[in-house]
Amino acid sequence: MLPESATLPQQPAKPTDRTAARARAVRNRTLLVQGCRLLVLAAVLGLWEWFARTGVIDPFNFSMPSRIGDQIWTWTTHGTAQGSLGAQVWATLYEALYGWLIGVTAGVLLGIALGRVRFLADVFGPYVKVLNAMPRIVLAPIFLIWFGLGPASKIASAVVLVFFPVFFNAFQGAREVDRNLVANARILGASNRQVTFQVVIPSATAWIFTSLHVSFGFSLIGAIVGEYIGATQGIGLLVANSQGTLNSAGVYAAMVILAVVALAAEGLLTLVEKRLFRWKPVQPGAER
Amino acid sequence: MTHDTSPAIELRGAGKAFRTPSGALHTAVRELDLTVGRGEFVAVVGPTGCGKSTTLTLVSGLEEPTEGEVLVGGEPVRGIGTDVGFVFQQDAVFPWRTVLSNVMAGPRFRGAAKAEARERARDWLARVGLSAFEDRYPHQLSGGQRKRVALAATFVNDPSILLMDEPFSALDVQTRALMSDQLLDLWAGTGSSVVFVTHDLEESIALADKVVVMTAGPATVKQVFTIDLPRPRKVEEVRLEPRFIEIYREIWSSLGEEVRITRERGTGNAA
Ligand SMILES: Nc1ncnc2c1ncn2[C@@H]1O[C@H](COP(=O)(O)OP(=O)(O)O)[C@@H](O)[C@H]1O
Ligand SMILES: [Mg+2]
Repeated sequence: MLPESATLPQQPAKPTDRTAARARAVRNRTLLVQGCRLLVLAAVLGLWEWFARTGVIDPFNFSMPSRIGDQIWTWTTHGTAQGSLGAQVWATLYEALYGWLIGVTAGVLLGIALGRVRFLADVFGPYVKVLNAMPRIVLAPIFLIWFGLGPASKIASAVVLVFFPVFFNAFQGAREVDRNLVANARILGASNRQVTFQVVIPSATAWIFTSLHVSFGFSLIGAIVGEYIGATQGIGLLVANSQGTLNSAGVYAAMVILAVVALAAEGLLTLVEKRLFRWKPVQPGAER
Repeated sequence: MTHDTSPAIELRGAGKAFRTPSGALHTAVRELDLTVGRGEFVAVVGPTGCGKSTTLTLVSGLEEPTEGEVLVGGEPVRGIGTDVGFVFQQDAVFPWRTVLSNVMAGPRFRGAAKAEARERARDWLARVGLSAFEDRYPHQLSGGQRKRVALAATFVNDPSILLMDEPFSALDVQTRALMSDQLLDLWAGTGSSVVFVTHDLEESIALADKVVVMTAGPATVKQVFTIDLPRPRKVEEVRLEPRFIEIYREIWSSLGEEVRITRERGTGNAA
């Protein structure tokens, strides 16, 4: 450094210094947020463990993190009473994925069709509303009667839960297509079919994707509830069995496993979305 | 049958009334009589909301007239014609398509093979100076660049009728002048007939062979002025010529009155 700049401390910092300072501030903030997150987790788990051990809360009902950890470890290394843990996770995932795919396909197809064809919307609109108003989770026992203990009844529960949010978003997406874009496509020579596939569907994908995130959670719920009511495999059965043997740690452990599965699926979906929506402007500040 | 002597566009007593949500009829344009010759550049000026856009949708076939007749190439308009191009006021490029893919859309919709469509699209992108941007998405372009994509996407279909609805109104003054010059260049090679809607009188005189002044809404044709300025024109230069200023005064004496009526109505409604 030049000596005269050292003697002039009041000189405004050079822009490059300020850029570096800003970058450092951003990095520090990120570190702070991450650190605090870990701290919150540690505090909650620590308090839980401590209260359970000192008897402030009843460990029989509320269990404690160390026992839950042990339970997951036992299941992973020695398997569960109903088979290996991997098989249980896979059974649930299989039902959820199957139900999700069917529900999403049906929801998207019908949503776009009703959104595009006024006549269909007028005819089916009231029925969709009535079905949507029903608490569909109570259908799970009925599906058990219809389809038996196997995966089919769980898939059916997942489908009815997934269908409606996807349907409504696809419908709305097809309805809210920019009229200018449709007019432009028609002027450029697009047929009705081309308008549907090359204008309506692409502009509805943003709407549809919003519902995909929520709906995968729903399909997991459908599968779990179905398993809980009656099954031979799956995490829902694990919950039911743990509850039956008064093993509260088992119930919590199953919940933790389920959360991990749901998060992994969510991450995968976000990845697909990023690839699909390269044409969208990045939200300001979203890169942080 | 198309007669070669028939004008490119003819409106005969055309009118359009919309049904409002309350069920009443709202007349947007009435008793329109207008002829656009082949290869002619006609600018339509009128106060905001008078019915200029509606007039264009009638010619394009996007809307049907509720009265009178609209003829293109001597034939009544039924649906959207294949020889019509339309540049919209708002951005109407497809945001999920790249620049190249946007310009390819027209030929692809009309059944051209991919390779051929790509070649034609590249040709027009070069003419509007966007070759280097063909892989970008619309949100990565400036407003002027997006307008150029829209122009290329329209011209690539080789329309013999070109309808433009205030295409440059969202652009800043310098970009607008640049785009106007570019439009004149592009148009010069095509021999197409243009209807260019604007509320900017200067722009209309600088571009057109004929300026049509509309009345306050519901609009009808008030007066038609022939612009005898020589071509080729550069919009920034032509507007300094004494003849331009003379024409401007003449047309403004007709248009200004309609603008005032519209403005008074606006304040009347607000009060
Ligand atoms: N689809 C429509 N339904 C009902 N009214 C409309 C519709 N389109 C335009 N109008 C009405 O017609 C009039 C003329 O509109 P427009 O042609 O867009 O005017 P301009 O383009 O000259 O600004 C306005 O009063 C507008 O509210
Ligand atoms: Mg308009």
